[in-house]
Amino acid sequence: MDQMDQKLLRERESKCIQENPPACTAGCPVHVDARGMAKAVQKEDYATGFALFNRMVPFPGIISRICNQPCRQTCKRNEIDESIFIKGLEQICVDNNNTAPKLLLPKAKTQKVAIVGAGLSGLTAALELSRKGYKVTVFEATDRLGGSIWDIAENKLPRQLIHNDFEIIAKFPIEIRYNTAINALDSLSAEYDAIYLATGFQLTGNSDLGLELASDGKIKVDLISLATNNNKVFVGGSLRREYGHPSPIASIADGKIAAISIDRLFQNASLTANREKEGLYETALYTNIKGIKPEPMVIAGDSDSGYSKTEAVQEANRCLLCECQECVKACEYLAHYRGYPKRYAREVYNNLSIVMGIHHANNMINSCSLCGLCEQICPGNLNMGEICHEARKIMVEKGKMPPSTHDFALRDMQFSNSDACALTRNQPGSSSSEWVFYPGCQLAASSPQYVQQMYSFLCERLSGGVGLLLGCCGAPASWAGQEAVFRETRNNLESNWRSLGSPKIITACPTCLSLFKNDSPDMPVENLWTLLERIGLPEGSTQLAKTPQKLAIHDSCTTRYDAEIQTSVRNLLGRLGYQIEELPLSRETTVCCGYGGLMLYANQEIAHKVIDRRINESELDYLAYCSMCRDNFASQGKRTYHLLDLILGGGEEDLATQAGPGYSKRQENRAKLKQTLVREVWGEEVAQPQAEVKVTIPADVLQLMEDRRILVDDVTNVIAHAESSGSKLKDARSGHYIAYFKPASVTYWVEYLPQADGFVVQNAYCHRIEIEG
Amino acid sequence: MSKLIEEQPLDIVCVTCGIKLTLGKVELSYLGSNFPVELYRCSQCGLVYVPEELANGKMKKVEAALEDK
Repeated sequence: MDQMDQKLLRERESKCIQENPPACTAGCPVHVDARGMAKAVQKEDYATGFALFNRMVPFPGIISRICNQPCRQTCKRNEIDESIFIKGLEQICVDNNNTAPKLLLPKAKTQKVAIVGAGLSGLTAALELSRKGYKVTVFEATDRLGGSIWDIAENKLPRQLIHNDFEIIAKFPIEIRYNTAINALDSLSAEYDAIYLATGFQLTGNSDLGLELASDGKIKVDLISLATNNNKVFVGGSLRREYGHPSPIASIADGKIAAISIDRLFQNASLTANREKEGLYETALYTNIKGIKPEPMVIAGDSDSGYSKTEAVQEANRCLLCECQECVKACEYLAHYRGYPKRYAREVYNNLSIVMGIHHANNMINSCSLCGLCEQICPGNLNMGEICHEARKIMVEKGKMPPSTHDFALRDMQFSNSDACALTRNQPGSSSSEWVFYPGCQLAASSPQYVQQMYSFLCERLSGGVGLLLGCCGAPASWAGQEAVFRETRNNLESNWRSLGSPKIITACPTCLSLFKNDSPDMPVENLWTLLERIGLPEGSTQLAKTPQKLAIHDSCTTRYDAEIQTSVRNLLGRLGYQIEELPLSRETTVCCGYGGLMLYANQEIAHKVIDRRINESELDYLAYCSMCRDNFASQGKRTYHLLDLILGGGEEDLATQAGPGYSKRQENRAKLKQTLVREVWGEEVAQPQAEVKVTIPADVLQLMEDRRILVDDVTNVIAHAESSGSKLKDARSGHYIAYFKPASVTYWVEYLPQADGFVVQNAYCHRIEIEG
Repeated sequence: MSKLIEEQPLDIVCVTCGIKLTLGKVELSYLGSNFPVELYRCSQCGLVYVPEELANGKMKKVEAALEDK
């Protein structure tokens, strides 16, 4: 991947905010993973909870009792009822943990640090610096460690916890000098390479240290690094806070910040660069709290000893375990791979950078419908479809696109644009067209009769000549990332359109429409539905609805950014006498039917999940205005009308139930449509293509072929080849002939029997591995 | 991939040559990879037999693996 790609990756990745910390962590001065801890407590896994706590807090026993919990201010639950009692969860983890953290003693370094004050802040800095190998000496004015924590009542902070927590100090080579008050820094400065002043609340005496003071009389401190005007002296803990507002956790945070600053000082690094997120900050994580029921905070039965295990679990269960996952909740494809777009984006980019090895993300890249719903839902507007689409183009360019994924769909497209189906004509009697009807390859395949009826209506209603263009708009090539094929298809389409006098295009398919709009802005286009709203419906269609009913509208995903067409469809339904129900996800947040992006070819499993979820959103019959949406839903048993079923088909009951035609039938319909139109509209004689051999296929075999994406033509070609060349096998036991033929990239096998003047197909299968001989 | 098929009591005849297929070496290839395998084939004209289970089973898996390489 070049640098540009890397930059783009970072930009896209950063739009997904799922990995941002929850509000409690961002609101904790030392960023304790309180969400992880709550999750551990839910499972009564106290050791894990403790480890998460102790990773950030060096004195877990003490903090679990006396933390002032700034995290509770930011807890998302606060917006619903009361924030989680996080300290209580810390305490249950500390009290029930029976593991000891591993201590790693680093290689000793030469630099020496003086810590003044053995309170929480000083001891934290001492530990952190000793962990890095620096030689640390702590100067403490009294004869014990802990500073002001001894002022806290014993029932609030049992003394045994203090002793337990401070045992760790002895395990590091930290020198403690008790009863040693420091009143001046000169001698320390001479002996030590850095000094951390953490002497607690000081009402007086700051001026004696020779450090620059702020207007309030406190030592002037840089808030990011805790540096003072003396470059080797740092100041933190309660020393820099208002009297009477102690924050044990902030003192610990200061100790950590000072340790990092001192380490940076020794390494000649910037004291301030990239430290914005060391303290408190606002997280970018979005968590949807819609529909979450209020539950009051659990109160401990015995306030001194804290939560019982049962109480702790109950309180932990209130935790929302904040995360975003908005897009994942809405999209079966994103949910299928058990991650979220940030992770997926990285997998995609890794996949593209592999030179040798397995491309594990191919399937994921090719399974997205490219529908753009994620972008609509994502708080950061990340569009996974854009990433997958771009990846597909790169894969094709590099010759790394698995050939089997889109081959069938691309050949189907080629067939639609071949002489067998494609047509470019002016209206009979006209030499140029003001309009051209472009029904799209799928309407021609699913409902060829509507194409003919609608064309005749448009010719009658519109003046200036209405031409007809039959063919495919190139969407499959675009979805497959086949840029060269796509460009060629568009160029052919454009030159055909020009040959008609560059008329205004009327599309019946929302995908064709979106491609014209986005890819060919110079070609004026209008969709059939807004046009019909304007010029009126065919006569009689408003009287046709026999039993006016309520229909649930499924908007095609390619109309996502086209409110006009969505509104027209609704208005037309109103005129036809139908009532409308809006599905939960509609208009700009509509979902794909499982066909977009060639999802159905790349990953049938996900496509079926998508369809199943969509068709179960309402009990009502559905209304779609794209043939593929309609056929996909009907294929899984959902009664679905195409808008033209209501306009031209009278809304007959069985139109909603009818399964769409299979792959072979679709191609046959397109070819026959052309023949019929040329004969009936343009009055030309059409030579009927004669099949070489007569083939009969029983229904069960036809279904098998459909599942294996084998066309009737493929099977016919095998038999024709076998019969003309004599190259065939015979299974002596069943009497079946067996033959194979490879017209292009796929080898087709057919088992068949002769019957009267033709052949009956018994079985068909195929493979892409080539037989060399 | 060399052992694609087990020896089995097959009774498949090459119609052109009129002889029963026997196991023999056949060269398969996909996406630039070649692999010699044993398959039933006509020892005279070389016409090959790929049973349905093989096409839909092992061959599909190998195709998928090679496509992701």
